[in-house]
Amino acid sequence: MRFDQLGLRNRRSVPWSAVPLEPIASFRETVIAAVADGWRPAAFFGMPETGSETRLVAILAHDERGELGATSARVADGFPSLTPECPQVHLFEREIAEQCGVTPEGHPWLKPVRRHPPDHMVADRRAAPADREAYPFFRAQGAELHEVAVGPVHAGVIEPGHFRFQAHGEEVLFLEIVLGYQHRGVERLLESRERTGALLVAESIAGDTVIGHAEAYCGALEALARSRKSPRGQAIRGCALELERIANHLGDLGALAGDVAFAPGAAIFGRLRGEALNLLMTLSGNRFGRGLIRPGGVGFDVPPEMAAEARARLGALRAEFFRAADMLFDNGSVQGRFEGTGILPLRNCVELGCVGPAARACGMARDVRLDHPWGLFRFAHIPVATAPSGDVAARAMVRRLEVERSLEFLIEQLGALPRGATRAEAETLLVPDELAVAMVEGWRGEIVHVAVSDSRGGVRRWKVKDPSFHNWSALAVALPGNAISDFPLCNKSFNLSYAGHDL
Amino acid sequence: MLKMILANLLRGPATTAFPRRPAEFPERFRGRPELDASRCENGLARCGAMSPSRLVVQSSKGANLDLGGCLFSPEEASACPQGAIRYTRDPRMAATRREDLITPGGEPAAVRALQGATRRLFGRSLRLRSVVAGSCGGCEAELVALGNVVFDLQRFGVQFVASPRHADGVVITGAVNANMELALRKSIDAVPDPRLVIAVGACAISGGPFAGSPEVGKGVPADLPVDLWVPGCPPHPITLLDGLLRLLGRLENGSRDRA
Repeated sequence: MRFDQLGLRNRRSVPWSAVPLEPIASFRETVIAAVADGWRPAAFFGMPETGSETRLVAILAHDERGELGATSARVADGFPSLTPECPQVHLFEREIAEQCGVTPEGHPWLKPVRRHPPDHMVADRRAAPADREAYPFFRAQGAELHEVAVGPVHAGVIEPGHFRFQAHGEEVLFLEIVLGYQHRGVERLLESRERTGALLVAESIAGDTVIGHAEAYCGALEALARSRKSPRGQAIRGCALELERIANHLGDLGALAGDVAFAPGAAIFGRLRGEALNLLMTLSGNRFGRGLIRPGGVGFDVPPEMAAEARARLGALRAEFFRAADMLFDNGSVQGRFEGTGILPLRNCVELGCVGPAARACGMARDVRLDHPWGLFRFAHIPVATAPSGDVAARAMVRRLEVERSLEFLIEQLGALPRGATRAEAETLLVPDELAVAMVEGWRGEIVHVAVSDSRGGVRRWKVKDPSFHNWSALAVALPGNAISDFPLCNKSFNLSYAGHDL
Repeated sequence: MLKMILANLLRGPATTAFPRRPAEFPERFRGRPELDASRCENGLARCGAMSPSRLVVQSSKGANLDLGGCLFSPEEASACPQGAIRYTRDPRMAATRREDLITPGGEPAAVRALQGATRRLFGRSLRLRSVVAGSCGGCEAELVALGNVVFDLQRFGVQFVASPRHADGVVITGAVNANMELALRKSIDAVPDPRLVIAVGACAISGGPFAGSPEVGKGVPADLPVDLWVPGCPPHPITLLDGLLRLLGRLENGSRDRA
């Protein structure tokens, strides 16, 4: 079978035996040709097989057709890297090297990703002890050049990461980002924990993306378990996802305002973010929606009085938001800082496989709700927000548009929730030897969970891809040419997850 | 801009009335958990095994609740078939000593306020450095929210600073993973004496949902003295504020300091 003939789609599972197993040379050709032909790598990872071989698995997505494909190959110690011909897999290959101890030979930038010993390596092999702190930085030499190191503990109250700048005066020539400081071993936990414990880990992959990752986790689990899903539950899930999107975009607009010293914007958007979080708290008991997304549906219902109250609060939020957004986007000094700063060229955006608002701010209409819709989004569509200029202003504008559209969507959907149970009876047993893929348009972009069940109906492999896995590279590419003092603004305009990347 | 100013004037200040008045929480809010021993049948031995976290711990006298092991999920309450565990809407959860988080019924612990020299130094002006060591980012989001116009940490003289060398104490979040332990220790060392250490969130107290992963420990290493423990996953900003204010002696048991 060819990689595109499995009938694989978002929230579907296929028998593991149906996934093509190709010789590595043919696997390479399949993936490289597919990407050249309009597919893109949604996930690419390694899985130990019994004995001494590692199985490489590639999940490919065709956005226009809404289809997914899968193919695989067995390798021993290494394989010829695909990156020189297909840059979109660059970080996936580095991750495979680190997780599985398998070398992508000829990879142009083979460096650690999260700096931890292999945790998905075949039983036959032993990893050489490695220094977690060792990292080969790219350096520029010159009498007028200097190097600035920032982090892991850096600036304000923020997750840890390391940024190494090569600068000429104020101008950044090169930025290298080293992450892994938030690595907690999430994938191994998802593979080994019992069901509820694993769900709580999934909610904690990225604390500001509880709904997004819980949705993807439950989506993959439900596909593997052939669970029925309740329409009411799916509708509430969709609403929660949009509420999470709104809360985070509001926070980002406030943070962007703060970074250009526009205090009224920072104050007002910070407060509005809290309003959105408080709505999630009313609904789920937790400001980030923990406890809400559960296998089969949702853990809390939205009774009619609560839905009416939520719509009223969202209406008030919308009115305040319009005023605040006008104030921010009409301000000359704010736009003077936003416009032309941190431009991500479209070519780089495509090559890096960028997703989410950062990609849409380069004009790419890439959105899982549109391309691979699931649940509520198969019935109700939110227009995709794009902006053309790829700079901080464009990324701010996309967020503004998404808040507006999600607010409209929420107010409408909360008034039209389907009747019925909030949660279908959850199947506990997984169908053995299957592969499932669940994709979600999280507020930062595409989240993918790939799950493979084993022959006893347990979890054999759980692969998590956070949108930040693609987009951190975009920040490194967008910054050169900008003043180093614009780094916080550029960083904030992408607002990537450290924890989501590090797992 | 004028429309915005007018709207603000009409709406009034956004700052929460806490601590002058108790904060209000919606019905489903999962605050401090409680254990009703009268509902416990002899299933105490099974209790810990059924819960997805380390909320229930066994002692010689029976089951105790460990607020530091609580992940505040609905399942930790529903794990008890007798309904002996439930969440109150009380945000108050901080403690000065780790052992004070472990109680038979989940009773709120006492926070012993700073005394003497540290009280004089920090009581009305406290500078904190946040160090994140293997977290999900949720606790930090709530620490950031503390600085917004609703919670306004600054009105109590408390602020976050850019360097540990400018700080009076560190706030630790995260389960303390292998990749951050060295940076955490160095950051704490860089805070001049006298200094405070505050552990925020289930991860920092007990490893949180990640406890058991080979990449993390059980939160703040045992050899580091901690002055305040704030449970939560993540702790609500009011829980954080309540704990900090009690530590600074600005919120005594039974009396309220004017902000």
